[in-house]
Amino acid sequence: MLRRRLNRLFGGDEGRVHSRTIYVGHKSCPPNEAYIPPKFCDNRIVSSKYTVWNFLPKNLFEQFRRIANFYFLIIFLVQVIVDTPTSPVTSGLPLFFVITVTAVKQGYEDWLRHKADREVNEYRVSVLEDGRRIRKMSAKIKVGDIVEVEEDETFPCDLILLQSSRDDGTCFVTTASLDGESNHKTHYTVADLESDLQYLSATIECEQPQPDLYKFVGRMHIYRNSQEPDVRSLGPENLLLKGANLKNTQKICGVAVYTGMETKMALNYQGKSQKRSAVEKSINAFLLVYLFILVSKALVCTTLKYVWQSKHDETWYNEKTQKEKETNQYLKMFTDFLSFMVLFNFIIPVSMYVTVEMQKFLGSFFITWDKDFFDPEIQEGALVNTSDLNEELGQVEYIFTDKTGTLTQNNMEFIECCIDGFQYKHGDGSSELDGFCVTDGPVNKIQQKAGREREELFLRALCLCHTVQVKESTKQRQDQNDQFDQIDQVDGLGLDHGFLDPPQKEMGFIASSPDEIALVKGAMRYGFTFLGLESKNMKILNRNKDVETYELLHVLNFDPVRRRMSVMVRSKTGDILLFCKGADSSIFPQVRQEEVERIRMHVERNATEGYRTLCVAYKHLSAQEYARADADLREARLALQDREEKLMAVYNRVETDMILIGATAVEDQLQDEAAQTMEALQGAGMKVWVLTGDKMETAKSTCYACGLFKKNTELLELTLRTLEDGGRSREERLHDLLLEYHKKAVQDAPPVKLGITRSWSVAGHDYGFIIDGASLSMVLSSSSEPNSRRYKNLFLQICQNCTSVLCCRMAPLQKAQIVKLVKNSKGNPITLSIGDGANDVSMILEAHVGIGIKGKEGRQAVKNSDYAIPKLKHLKKLLLAHGHLYYVRIAHLVQYFFYKNLCFILPQFLYQFFCGYSQQPLYDAAYLTMYNICFTSMPILAYSLLEQHICIEVLLEHSTLYRDIAKNAMLRWKLFLYWTALGIFHGLVFFFGVRFLFSNPALQDNGQVFGNWSYGTIVFTVLVFTVTLKLALDTRHWTWINHFVIWGSLAFYVFFSFFWGGIIWPFLKHQRLYFVFANMLSSVSAWLVIILLILLSLLPEILLVVLRKPRGPHARQKKSSAGDPQSPQSPARPLLTRTFSDESNTVI
Amino acid sequence: MVKEEQEESSNRPDNTAFTQQRLPAWQPILSASIVIPMFVLIGAAFIGVGVALFITSRDIQLQELDYTGDDSEHPCFKCRTNTEKCTCSMTFSIPTLFKGPVFFYYGLTNYFQNQRKYGASKDDNQLYGDLNYFTSPSTDCDPYTRDSKNMPIVPCGALANSMFNDTFTLSHTVNGVQKIVPLDGKGIAWWTDYNIKYRNPSITPLINAFNGTKKPTNWPKPIYELDTTDVYNNGFINQDFLVWMRRAALPDFRKLYRRITHDDYAAGLPAGNYTLTIAYNYPVHSFNGKKKVVLSNVSWMGGKNDFLGIAYIVVGSMCVVMSIVMLIVYARFKFGEDD
Repeated sequence: MLRRRLNRLFGGDEGRVHSRTIYVGHKSCPPNEAYIPPKFCDNRIVSSKYTVWNFLPKNLFEQFRRIANFYFLIIFLVQVIVDTPTSPVTSGLPLFFVITVTAVKQGYEDWLRHKADREVNEYRVSVLEDGRRIRKMSAKIKVGDIVEVEEDETFPCDLILLQSSRDDGTCFVTTASLDGESNHKTHYTVADLESDLQYLSATIECEQPQPDLYKFVGRMHIYRNSQEPDVRSLGPENLLLKGANLKNTQKICGVAVYTGMETKMALNYQGKSQKRSAVEKSINAFLLVYLFILVSKALVCTTLKYVWQSKHDETWYNEKTQKEKETNQYLKMFTDFLSFMVLFNFIIPVSMYVTVEMQKFLGSFFITWDKDFFDPEIQEGALVNTSDLNEELGQVEYIFTDKTGTLTQNNMEFIECCIDGFQYKHGDGSSELDGFCVTDGPVNKIQQKAGREREELFLRALCLCHTVQVKESTKQRQDQNDQFDQIDQVDGLGLDHGFLDPPQKEMGFIASSPDEIALVKGAMRYGFTFLGLESKNMKILNRNKDVETYELLHVLNFDPVRRRMSVMVRSKTGDILLFCKGADSSIFPQVRQEEVERIRMHVERNATEGYRTLCVAYKHLSAQEYARADADLREARLALQDREEKLMAVYNRVETDMILIGATAVEDQLQDEAAQTMEALQGAGMKVWVLTGDKMETAKSTCYACGLFKKNTELLELTLRTLEDGGRSREERLHDLLLEYHKKAVQDAPPVKLGITRSWSVAGHDYGFIIDGASLSMVLSSSSEPNSRRYKNLFLQICQNCTSVLCCRMAPLQKAQIVKLVKNSKGNPITLSIGDGANDVSMILEAHVGIGIKGKEGRQAVKNSDYAIPKLKHLKKLLLAHGHLYYVRIAHLVQYFFYKNLCFILPQFLYQFFCGYSQQPLYDAAYLTMYNICFTSMPILAYSLLEQHICIEVLLEHSTLYRDIAKNAMLRWKLFLYWTALGIFHGLVFFFGVRFLFSNPALQDNGQVFGNWSYGTIVFTVLVFTVTLKLALDTRHWTWINHFVIWGSLAFYVFFSFFWGGIIWPFLKHQRLYFVFANMLSSVSAWLVIILLILLSLLPEILLVVLRKPRGPHARQKKSSAGDPQSPQSPARPLLTRTFSDESNTVI
Repeated sequence: MVKEEQEESSNRPDNTAFTQQRLPAWQPILSASIVIPMFVLIGAAFIGVGVALFITSRDIQLQELDYTGDDSEHPCFKCRTNTEKCTCSMTFSIPTLFKGPVFFYYGLTNYFQNQRKYGASKDDNQLYGDLNYFTSPSTDCDPYTRDSKNMPIVPCGALANSMFNDTFTLSHTVNGVQKIVPLDGKGIAWWTDYNIKYRNPSITPLINAFNGTKKPTNWPKPIYELDTTDVYNNGFINQDFLVWMRRAALPDFRKLYRRITHDDYAAGLPAGNYTLTIAYNYPVHSFNGKKKVVLSNVSWMGGKNDFLGIAYIVVGSMCVVMSIVMLIVYARFKFGEDD
């Protein structure tokens, strides 16, 4: 921690210098210059927080920084210092327990970290020094050392790859421990280096350490024979990250550039920001109320004490000590105040924190254990990354979902293509050898085919324009000295377990995006098979079973801004071709306009049907054009600053004036039960927003398929298309449209009050809202500040009145922006984000609850999420059943805890009025201490883990039940007041009931009298029984565990009281309770009063339960089982029945 | 807080009732058909118990005599401020037989025996007969730990120091002759206090144990002379002392003084005139307290207490009324729906 801070401090210092210079092998460069070894941190990794020496003070300090612990520490110290009514043990013991348990847990965790650190730091690595291999500890590696790493070893620090045992200067790594991706990634050596590193004399200039795993820019200067240094550009493909594993490569040598805490892994090792649940906020609010009650009680007592004392002089039987007489009056008042605080401090119990933590910790196991979340396909169940948010799952109001991989399976299948305006659809049977058949097409060209030449060009384009790797079987790997071009990210990082297509068992493909595989396979079906990439040569098996070879010149990688990717290849005949594929909107402006219209129709129709469409274009490059492009690309790749921007500019320059060949349509199937899940969630009053990077038409049809938009939904569209209608400036149009939609959706809608906004009426008019990224950025960052705020407001109001909102063409950051916008809107609704890819991470982190889908796009989302589930359909149970139950459980837990401590302490407070405000405790110290720890803690813990006030099946069946607990319904002030009133009522009954009984303290049939401890014990007995039985009354779900702990706790109380009162305890100063409990039980009157008071306390509760019943959940259960007329007919259709044409009529 | 390690793929969640939250459970529903009869039953039972309690309490006889002497006409008026030994007597008559066994209580009002410092001002180790604490009593006893000559006080502390020291004699006027009613000082303290919690040091004679100690300043005689007639009622196990040491819960309290068990009065105090002679020692005037003597017999429920009986009857009636209300509510709104 400190070290990191220090580093940051130095980092700031270094920050002025934008780059660092590394002397490879610590040799001065150029050789004649003086070599001043630069200072960098060593390669020690310190992830542990404590050392043996600082553990105790540091851990204690951190623990007491928690406000609750600090409060209890203060109380404890007051008890130690000031003469207080209860011994310090009563509050010290629980505090000690809590602190010890936490310290042991944290100490153990830190010990594990120490162990891991040591393992990493003492790991032996080979370092080349002056041509010799020296084994040294990983921690001793310095920046500039040349490190040798063997196969399957982990890189000890961030290295620039200098030499690989593979002939082609590559090596393969896996980054499973960094980002969870388990595919092999190729990294490249710096080109043209000396074969003997001993004689290498070079410097590396690179940027200061930064946490982005996928960014690195640097430059290597190689000095040879005092010539001008050669310069090589270094990118992420040259950088081997600490933590990654070397695979398929015997050994590599690399020079250390970032070490220790400056490696990218270490910089990424940062805890996520803590999310706090709404319940926790409620607890804190209630806590303040109780703190106020506590202070006012102490103040009242202190004041009355001095008023009383002014009337009652010091009595002869209870004189003050000399010391007391001498003490300053005000100091005495203050210590009296503190004493009262101590006496009443139990009203805020330590144990509540412990119980809440335990409830959350243990409760979260039910999610991991749930077999309904187990997905046989990936052999995994749900994952809980944080247990702090369990109850938040029951409070969700807005769901932001990603489309690809979340609503849809991200399991692509090539459906059809369109070449030159002719549609080609693959028949069901694979009987047609040539694979082509025309089903329908543009009206005037029915039953026609495109020219054979165009067809083949198109298919070649599909075969060449991608970054797919062929999955080699292990046997092949040895002789095939192949090399794959790899990594790019389409809609996230990711790997795909290349799946085997049954007909071509031997062929498997690996790609970062499933689309590409679908396209390559689609081309395969039409006779063009991609065989793989061999040392920059792409091989294709064409229809005539001939192998065509193309030299791969450049790959213009995909990025989400350009939304296209290209390859440049040289055919055997020497022609240089550029193939480009990408989203229609990004291809159309870059091609010659004459072809566009023919294909646009197809693309739009396909998009409407819910397919993902890509357009394919090509271009012949003349030798000069290529030479220029080549030079530009190389230059841009060498740039140390703004490399991305420069590359982008070159890409855009090259990808112009292309010829459109055709388009493809790939189907992304809906997730299992996506529609049912969405319906259930909407029925539960949640609003579902789809945030996707996909294009509007595709996303819209997915929304229809999921039932988010229905037939009668009126769509309000705010996209570039609608903005450009009407020919006025976009800004004006935006203004008009917003006002118009606002009028429609907000003003004309029946007046909705805050409470009913969630109600999603079947009868009323449904609105759906569509916005795209460009329009959103206009809304969010309008030119003038007041306008911007106004637009934001209008936008939010419209959205909140729509049943579903679709945001398409979103950049990852925009997704987070939307979540943030809603999160901070009026009423602070609870938001949930669900996604599967790295592009969803920002919104997952932003939302109150982040859910990751264990999908195909890597594990980034899962790692950053709070909960991870295998499939979208599991969200229903997670929210409707688990979330609902957790919320009810913890809400009840919190209310009950405050209640039981209020009625615990109130009699003690009232007793002060009868004992001359002398801080006389009503209960014995043992009872004071044990009440919250032993007597009443287990039943509520069991309740808060096991309660199912409505059984899970019913919760799942009737999603509307979720609305009953919306908006923190069980922790509202009204209910809190009810519980407080109940606590006060009970406290009054307990105290005064016994008070009237004691008007004649002769309660035994032998005429003997009871004293003050008997009084307290009777009150305490009534108290323990009442609060436990009150919980029993609230328990709707009695498992044997509930029976065991509830009756067990009561039995334990009786047993303990006998035991505690049965022995003269040598360590006690006063044997106050000796035989008090047994004597109490020998009195019939005591029995009778205990029974009377328990019943009297519970009477209103029973009455309320009975009278409230008609509106309670059981009634609903009964009613609904008879056939709930409210439940709408399931609009869920069979997955993607391709009949949206009727629905699309309603679209604008 | 939880960082579940990623489970092995073979780790399918256990399909047990507990992990799947499907433990067999009893789901009680408090329906009207259960609650209404239950309320009626409980109500009836409570009313029954209440009536029994009430009658029992009413039958308990009670004779209360305030002998503070605030009133100038009162025979004890003269003793009120007198610091010297003072005796006064009061007469009262019992109209009917006062059924035995009769218990003789003394009562104090406005006396805060339940104050914290006062109550803690004792040394249980002394009282347990531990001689080590005779010479160095606990500082809890301050300012009653040592006397002015710095001698340790046994028993120390405010509680012991302020022991009630009025004594009473009750005489029955039979045919104009005063006949003393024998009072039994045994069995007035808790059995466990007498036998276990309090102990005399095992030194005979008892007086030797108290060498080098002083009696409490307010006491006329040291603890080992509380009852010289009976070894088993002397020292720390003197029952008057034990009764006093068990602190009262409320500022108005009564404590058992004697039992009337003598054969002549085993059946009770016969009707007639009685005289109570009081050795008036205990000052209550300074704190506006009152002193009284209470004669009472007890029943199975203890002393006279109307509260319990009335409370039972009230709660019982409430139950019955509630069940009627519920019945009406249900008859109106519920039955139609239910069927």
